[in-house]
Amino acid sequence: MWVGRRLRRVEDPSLLRGEGRFVADVARGCGAIRFVRSPFARGRILSIEAPEEATVITADDLAEIPPVKPMLHRDDFIPVEQPILAKEQVTYAGQPIAAVIAPTFEEAEDLAEMVFVDIEPLDPVVDLDHALDETAPLVHPHVPANTVIDASLTTPGFDAAFHGAAYHVEIDVRSRRENATPLEARGSHAAFDPRENRVTLTASTQGPHMLRTALADLLGIPESELRVIAPDVGGAFGQKYSLAMEDVVTVWAARRFRRDVAWIEDRRENFASFHSRDQRYIVTGAFDESGKLRAMRADVRCNVGAYSCYPVTCGVEPLMAMAELPGPYDFRNYAVRSRAVASNACPIAPYRGVSRPVITLTLERLMDKAAARMGIDPVEIRRRNLVREFPYTSVTGLVYDQGSYVESLDRSVQLVDLERFRADQRAAWEQGRYIGIGFSTFSERTGYGTSAFAARKMDITLGYETIDLAMDPSGSVEVRVGASPHGQGLRTSLSQLVADELGIDPKDVRIVHGDTDRTPYGWGTFASRSMVVSGGATKLGATELRRRLADIASETLEAAVDDLQFHEGKVLVRGTDVGVPIRDLARLAYHRSDKLPPGEEPGLRVKATYDPAGTFSNACHVALVEVDLETGAVAVQRFVVVEDAGVLVNPMIADGQVHGGVAQGIASALYEELVYDSDGNLLTTSLMDYLPPTIAEVPLIEIDHLVSESDATITGAKGLGEGGTIGAPAAILNAITNALSPLGIEVNETPATPERIQKLIRQAQGAL
Amino acid sequence: MKPPRFEYRAPSDVEEVVGILTEVGDEGKVLAGGQSLVPSMNFRLARPGLLVDINGVKALDYIQRSGDRILIGTLTRHSCLENAAAVPGPLGRLLATAAHHVGHMPIRVRGTFGGSVAHADPAAEWCMVSVLLDAEIIAVGSRGRRTIPAEDFFRTVFTTALEPYELLSEVILPVLPDSARFGFVEFSRRAGDFAIVASSVVIDVGSNGIINPRVALAGVGGTPVRARSAEAVLAGSAPSAELFRAAADAAAGDVEPMGDIHGSSEYRRHLVRVLTRRALERAASEA
Ligand SMILES: Cc1cc2nc3c(=O)[nH]c(=O)nc-3n(C[C@H](O)[C@H](O)[C@H](O)COP(=O)(O)OP(=O)(O)OC[C@H]3O[C@@H](n4cnc5c(N)ncnc54)[C@H](O)[C@@H]3O)c2cc1C
Repeated sequence: MWVGRRLRRVEDPSLLRGEGRFVADVARGCGAIRFVRSPFARGRILSIEAPEEATVITADDLAEIPPVKPMLHRDDFIPVEQPILAKEQVTYAGQPIAAVIAPTFEEAEDLAEMVFVDIEPLDPVVDLDHALDETAPLVHPHVPANTVIDASLTTPGFDAAFHGAAYHVEIDVRSRRENATPLEARGSHAAFDPRENRVTLTASTQGPHMLRTALADLLGIPESELRVIAPDVGGAFGQKYSLAMEDVVTVWAARRFRRDVAWIEDRRENFASFHSRDQRYIVTGAFDESGKLRAMRADVRCNVGAYSCYPVTCGVEPLMAMAELPGPYDFRNYAVRSRAVASNACPIAPYRGVSRPVITLTLERLMDKAAARMGIDPVEIRRRNLVREFPYTSVTGLVYDQGSYVESLDRSVQLVDLERFRADQRAAWEQGRYIGIGFSTFSERTGYGTSAFAARKMDITLGYETIDLAMDPSGSVEVRVGASPHGQGLRTSLSQLVADELGIDPKDVRIVHGDTDRTPYGWGTFASRSMVVSGGATKLGATELRRRLADIASETLEAAVDDLQFHEGKVLVRGTDVGVPIRDLARLAYHRSDKLPPGEEPGLRVKATYDPAGTFSNACHVALVEVDLETGAVAVQRFVVVEDAGVLVNPMIADGQVHGGVAQGIASALYEELVYDSDGNLLTTSLMDYLPPTIAEVPLIEIDHLVSESDATITGAKGLGEGGTIGAPAAILNAITNALSPLGIEVNETPATPERIQKLIRQAQGAL
Repeated sequence: MKPPRFEYRAPSDVEEVVGILTEVGDEGKVLAGGQSLVPSMNFRLARPGLLVDINGVKALDYIQRSGDRILIGTLTRHSCLENAAAVPGPLGRLLATAAHHVGHMPIRVRGTFGGSVAHADPAAEWCMVSVLLDAEIIAVGSRGRRTIPAEDFFRTVFTTALEPYELLSEVILPVLPDSARFGFVEFSRRAGDFAIVASSVVIDVGSNGIINPRVALAGVGGTPVRARSAEAVLAGSAPSAELFRAAADAAAGDVEPMGDIHGSSEYRRHLVRVLTRRALERAASEA
């Protein structure tokens, strides 16, 4: 069996040797594009002046390109159009206004500095609470109260259940703005081929097919005039799924000037590319005497910035929050209002976890607060409320497949030795040291297909994945996938699936992705979906190929198909040493089609599509922290993850996803924050201001896996790409709050910076 | 984030460096370790027309003792001072502790002592240490050599008493007596970041209490500063928890920090109090 092995990643050797090929490696010797960006958050463009003879592109040049209009077909949604380059007005600082082309990137930057844009600044609205204020300026005149989405839902009988409860516990949680901060910023290179009248766009993207569709639609060209390649992509975390206006300009310019051009985003630009989080959840939980949650009322507000991202729209945050806020807890009465709020800040796009890090933070802080109020142990209150029977249908109608919610909590209590910690904690408090423990149990919806996306009511329903699988005459296998991995090691994992199915070595399986000319249409890699959906399609394809090979072998070996066994590159008759190398069967399929069984097509190609409803992973995170009371600094001393993502195809890769995810969760909890001033200027413009944690700030992450047997996917695998990021902030804030419980402090805002914590401490000590 | 066009020259001795700087005036900039200058050029905050690379001037790379003074050649890399044995006595330990707080390893291997002092970041360790120890800074120009006391050298953020045509050639520090004790405490969000606030102290405890107390702070304004009232509180008194607390309070009273996204004025002042007390405690317990 190859599935379940910690196989080294086939992706790594070239990356480690510096032989990777990223967009910037391709973008040599071509025209260099640089964007002139708005220095103001809101204003009227009076004029644009550029040096004579310079190649400058403005909105006027792009008159034939319609604005981008991400759509949701819902009554509670007001669509907002975004021009490719700012037209007449600017709506956030950093918005592209014009583009220049020069022979080198240095000269392009020189030239961009010489383009003078005269802007009459207007009062902006940047802050979430301010944007909802009645007196706030309107970001878009047609959007009243700056509210782009105002969705709500109340279950029948909610009022009675809510008001009849014994305890009401309210929590007000705030997450600040973040940036996904991929190591490689965005960028694209458009090569024009005059012979074919075709552009090859090499772009740092998570979804090459989706990008091709978006660009062809906007430029009004058939998709066949565009090829999109995703080369090595240096991280994305969601930021590279949404359409970049810059990519539209790059392709347009290549066609217009019939030459090769490129845009390579720099770090400062990336800080105003797409943002994330910036949400506030005000939630009241109504509990009965026994600590059981009976009803929940929620008010969710998401600052989505100036525009809506394409294709998933700015609805992705508030609508996911509305549907998934119940999390892993069983209750039947729910009332929620969820809003997307426009502002003169950079647009929001999905970032690892989407709204679930804030959902989990809210729920888990609520559980701890309720436990404290009722004098119940935090672990015990979770036990009383976690979902236990499967399949479970949530109050919002989501179906949870088999999981291990209670078991993962119990296992993590064991791993951290809770009893012992509590004793250590009492001793520490007596010595004036503040250590704390925080739990976070959560569900992670992953690998969902068409049915789930259809419920979102977007213009485009994402969901399925298709693969083309072929064995060539030499017996090696090539799988072409619509998924578009960019660091996840999917080539390695998929090859393990195929190897098991066909009894061959993973080395003989090549996975091809990231090229619209070579791969079937697919949605790309995001939302913890590729192992489930593309993996499922790959398994289906491999099973079909195995059936074909078995048919041929059955004829060759004169044995029944049911008696055949695929093992180490051979098809054997079970219980004998009679067999035939698979490569001989492959050769026969192509070169001796005269010998094929009747009805069998020559060659060995199959196609498969998989489209599951979705599956829920689950996990329990535990953080142990120490707070320096004087400075407010938090040190994460231990971090334990008990994760259940079903069958792990490659446990090493799975652990890597957890490690990276938790590191990004720690980043959200303690470090990363984009700061605007009240005029809408972004103050965090470099990695000295915006602080991803380093290896010195991230502890060793201890991981234990549970494996629930779920039939929600054909591989038994569930997604786990986002779990680390989803669970960690809640565990850490609970741990800080626990550490500071002698002072009665609650920490409900991320990032919990030393200054914020210190301020709470001084307030509690009466020094403020 | 690409620099504007610039010329580049790499002279091999001090005279030639000074000659070029004199000739080009404001247009020229010395390139030492490049760990501050190159990022500023990429951000287009610095736009020198000519870079005068001094990395080939080997005569600027030394650590020497001359009587009771230590001479540090401007090209001395941060990492050379991480080794406490590079400089004798408590001074060596103090410099090693400070060096370890400067950025990350690759930055320390490349960045230079003199470059940091010339750059004059208000949170830089070497600038604070220079003020703490009353360093003398040697500037060489076409009209010869002059000595500038550290407290006169730092004018405000990124601004010093150096003229554009002058090369910072050396920093002179006093050797500390073996009985001296130091404390160096810094607060930053991540390992390797510039300090939000740093506090450093040197004390010598005699039979009549503390002699020659020195307290310097970084991250509290445009330049590193001495906390003179804290020093006054300490001088002549026997070390004790209350004394250190009183000195720390005095230090907090000595500063009027500027706030920014890394820390408000109020928080920085609070940190001055906490870190100065800790630095004194550390000095008192230093073996
Ligand atoms: C990520 C990062 C983190 C850092 N963290 C810290 C930190 O925590 N603490 C800290 O102190 N520093 C930090 N630094 C800055 C680093 O220490 C630099 O090395 C130092 O500030 C400048 O020294 P340099 O030799 O690199 O000078 P350069 O960058 O070459 O020059 C800096 C300036 O000084 C001038 N200059 C240099 N040498 C001379 C000379 N001999 N005569 C006249 N002018 C001269 C240059 O013209 C330029 O204006 C960090 C840097 C980075 C990139």
